[in-house]
Amino acid sequence: MKLATRSGGGAALALSFFALVATLVPLGIGADLKLLARVAGGILWVGAVLAALLSLDRLFQGDYDDGSLELIALAPLPLELTSFAKIAAHWLSTGLPLTVLSPLLALMFNLPGDATLTLFLSLLIGTPAVSAIGAIGASLTLSLRRGGLILPLIILPLLSPAVIFGAGAVAAKMDGFSPLGPLELLGAFSLAAVLLSPFAAAASVRLNLSG
Amino acid sequence: MISSLTAEKLACVRGERRLFDGLSFRVKAGQALAVEGANGAGKTSLLRLIAGFLAPAAGTLTLTEDGKAITDAEERGRFIGWLGHQDGLKPQFTVIEQLRFYSQLYAAARTGEEDVLEQVGLTRQRDLPCRYLSAGQKRRLALARLVVSNRPLWLLDEPFAALDAAGQAMIGRLMAIHCGSGGMVVAATHDPLGLGNESLKL
Repeated sequence: MKLATRSGGGAALALSFFALVATLVPLGIGADLKLLARVAGGILWVGAVLAALLSLDRLFQGDYDDGSLELIALAPLPLELTSFAKIAAHWLSTGLPLTVLSPLLALMFNLPGDATLTLFLSLLIGTPAVSAIGAIGASLTLSLRRGGLILPLIILPLLSPAVIFGAGAVAAKMDGFSPLGPLELLGAFSLAAVLLSPFAAAASVRLNLSG
Repeated sequence: MISSLTAEKLACVRGERRLFDGLSFRVKAGQALAVEGANGAGKTSLLRLIAGFLAPAAGTLTLTEDGKAITDAEERGRFIGWLGHQDGLKPQFTVIEQLRFYSQLYAAARTGEEDVLEQVGLTRQRDLPCRYLSAGQKRRLALARLVVSNRPLWLLDEPFAALDAAGQAMIGRLMAIHCGSGGMVVAATHDPLGLGNESLKL
């Protein structure tokens, strides 16, 4: 599974998208350093979520289109575990690189060092939820011809807690409060998403196979 | 060891259309069953029913293992080797990678991917990415995967598609070996299987 997702080349695309968004926003807002630092957490979080979306629709689609999904469904490995592996693979190839890149992009927003660390931590904790909830969306839109277009409509609302807590943690740090509260909530959300969504994704893959 | 697959009064409904109704058959270990019928008669749907992807509208499917009856679709899937319409190959993987991946995924006890490649005549293409294979070669690789998966009940959808005469003879040989070692074959096809098999008309 890891191999299958990795050889897609989607990771580089997501990373460049993330970098471009993060470069364009400061250009658009102008050289107001205070304002930039203020919006950095929110913009970078939204950018990371959108970038991760780019490669999500291929998570099950390729296997569905070429008939591999039937073979995977008949394998001794339960579909729930396969879904989990796919989520892990997506995170390793997208979420993790995005997280690693974020401190560099935070420089462009004049984000203070300690807040950058918070941003890094919040992305590290939160991006698994993006992959996990994205997997539910990807499996639901399998049999739709232009599923990739509907996918964001399904999962973006579900991801709003991650963006709220993630960007909230950065904002709290900037205001001199402890970011621990939002980070803990983010961790809880992420953990729940990673644990529950393989079941949802597997159920919806089965549904799509019977279609 | 699986001794038989029994279908009783199976019905399949797709959308508003009733494809078949009251379908009963029995395949014993070592036997092959050819499923024949016009396009759209429900051959593929029957295979998907047996594989457990579709739930029957009525009737039951039972596998018998050592005298024990298995009716659960999920459990039945553990005995099934699938060769669908599509070959299910990743264009960027090489032939041997593909085979190794599936033999690991299926936790198949049998090794010897190389032998199987030789059986299907793909030894020379061993390290070629699948995107360079012709349609017939892809079909051969899908067959090799079926052999490697080491499952007792083969479900084949149009196994002869895209294959040349030598390839068709090769499938016949593989099916004969499989049945000879106590396996079962259910194949949706327009061509005779040439195994002294029974056939089912939809």
